[in-house]
Amino acid sequence: MNTSTQLVNLQGNRACALAAIAAGCRFYAGYPITPSTEIAETMAAELPKLGGVFIQMEDEIASMAAVVGAAMGGAIAMTATSGPGFSLKQENLGYASAAEIPCVVVNVMRGGPSTGMPTRPAQGDVMQARWGTHGDHPIIVLTPASVPEIHAQTRKAFELSERFRIPVVVLYDEVLGHLVETVELGATGAVTPVERRYTRAARDSYQPYAPDEDGIPVMARPGDGYRTHTTGLTHDTNGFPTQDSVRVARIMERLLGKTDRHRDAIEQWHCIECDDAEVLVVAYGISARAATHAVHTARARGIAAGLFRPITLWPFPERAFAHATRHAHTVLVPELNAGQLRLEIERLCAHNPAVHGLHRLDGETLTPAQILADIERLAASKPRMRRVGDSA
Amino acid sequence: MNRPVSKDFDIRDYLRLDRMPHFLCPGCGHGIALRALLWAIHELDLNKDKLAVVSGIGCSGRLSAYVDANTYHTTHGRPLAFATGLKLARPDLTVVVITGDGDSLAIGGNHLIHACRRNLDLTCLMLNNEVYGMTGGQASPTTSADRYTTTTPLGNHEPRFDACKLAQAAGASFVGREVTLQLPALKNLIREGIAHAGFSFVEVMSDCTEIYGRKNELGSSPEMVLRQKHDVRPESYGNQVERPFRPGPWQTGILARDERVEYGAAWRSHCAQHGGGVAP
Repeated sequence: MNTSTQLVNLQGNRACALAAIAAGCRFYAGYPITPSTEIAETMAAELPKLGGVFIQMEDEIASMAAVVGAAMGGAIAMTATSGPGFSLKQENLGYASAAEIPCVVVNVMRGGPSTGMPTRPAQGDVMQARWGTHGDHPIIVLTPASVPEIHAQTRKAFELSERFRIPVVVLYDEVLGHLVETVELGATGAVTPVERRYTRAARDSYQPYAPDEDGIPVMARPGDGYRTHTTGLTHDTNGFPTQDSVRVARIMERLLGKTDRHRDAIEQWHCIECDDAEVLVVAYGISARAATHAVHTARARGIAAGLFRPITLWPFPERAFAHATRHAHTVLVPELNAGQLRLEIERLCAHNPAVHGLHRLDGETLTPAQILADIERLAASKPRMRRVGDSA
Repeated sequence: MNRPVSKDFDIRDYLRLDRMPHFLCPGCGHGIALRALLWAIHELDLNKDKLAVVSGIGCSGRLSAYVDANTYHTTHGRPLAFATGLKLARPDLTVVVITGDGDSLAIGGNHLIHACRRNLDLTCLMLNNEVYGMTGGQASPTTSADRYTTTTPLGNHEPRFDACKLAQAAGASFVGREVTLQLPALKNLIREGIAHAGFSFVEVMSDCTEIYGRKNELGSSPEMVLRQKHDVRPESYGNQVERPFRPGPWQTGILARDERVEYGAAWRSHCAQHGGGVAP
């Protein structure tokens, strides 16, 4: 087998689509929306050559429904969208979460709220990606910061989705979606597609939602004779609805526990100069690129700055983050929203270290100089002892 | 093939008996519609392992759980969109969608017209009881004029949809309507719809005795279905205006049928032309 790789210049959205295909995605349903449309356009051109399915649906709701329907039939399936479309996806994203149907949703963030600024970058969907659909539900959100990472994390999204039977959101912004960078592609045949795990249990004793030792139920393939029922109603291990409070409590505990139990397999992050960092920057996606530059410059100027970059945004890598803050007196969270991740960081820090936000909502990206200025200001301000009950 | 009874059809062969008793109200027409569907499936000799029944939300949505097949109770208004993904991913499955008047004409109206346009090989059974029964009896897009519902407490002032005309106008290649009183005819209509290679839309004029009938003093279930009988105009008599056998406003039978190209077959041929070989 030829395992040599090739270097190609790819746009972020195209890298996403090609990674999905390499991961085995053979079903794409979507609806045109800026700035994610190149993903659909790439899928429309490539999937017919592979005997896959590309379908442009009548709306965003239908695209998500078709993806879940195809996944229930056995397809490795994906859709992509942006802000307003992501809002419309939430209904059936919740269905996938509740019925435990693996699927991948890409959200290329643009300025909001509402129609906002379709061609400008933003990071305003951090909380919607976590809590966008109604009810308590498990979800995984990955947030790459470069084109090669979009490529790698799109594949990771399919792996996690199949392993944990959970929808996975790949979340990046307009700039990364349209940025062209060099990606190392695996040679044809060198990349193994993601595969779905199917039950081989006896047909009369198979319970479609009975968890395995990892807490994950094993799917039955339609057509294999199991004839199961799938519903968005709260359902028992047999797949049928129940409102028995004792059983529902147990069902919800397992469902919500899927991500908590497997944090080691799900959480990814990247640390730069965190070991002795006194001012710790927490940044993701496009803002992490500016932050990386700012942290290196600060170090060159003798400031003990570091960068903690979550790649898995949800569940947030809490333990790794706590470890990274062990010498920090201040945490700085630069992001292209009004402080969505900052709120989570404040919760984790409980005011120690102190948390500051640097927010930009004008449709432009944060610059290294802006972040550096805040790092220098925060490094110069004397850390004060904080008491329980102090406000930030 | 218009047998009034089928000697070898036993509905219990197609039901999940452990899910009985079902939750439908006494007098509800949906059970008859389900019987007609299962009878049609039996006559077509379909393998239950290769049968998928997809439903939405509402009284009609709960029927899928009773069918001994691969069944999917999806979200409100979206069963056709789920079924579109399922059928394209798995052309080997026979996919039947059960929906209601609110599910498919209100919240799911967009999905219905585009399913009609695409002509993917799905059979859509719309059970029309003129009301949102599950939520306690609110007006739907097919509620008749002046009827009382909880959201039309002074009588319905809105015009109603003719679902079959809508499906025809949107391009459905098979359109039919039948009342539950004519069980063998309904069964035949559904059988023709499933056998048809393309999108089939079948409107079943069902009745909601408990919630809609009671509020409007429409009488018992037999009275309601007999009234429907007088409201319909069977398709075979449709053009004989000088001898109106049943001059009701609702035409029944097969109202449209053409053999235009089926979406899945067209897609697979598109793939083959571009080196895509056999679809999954």
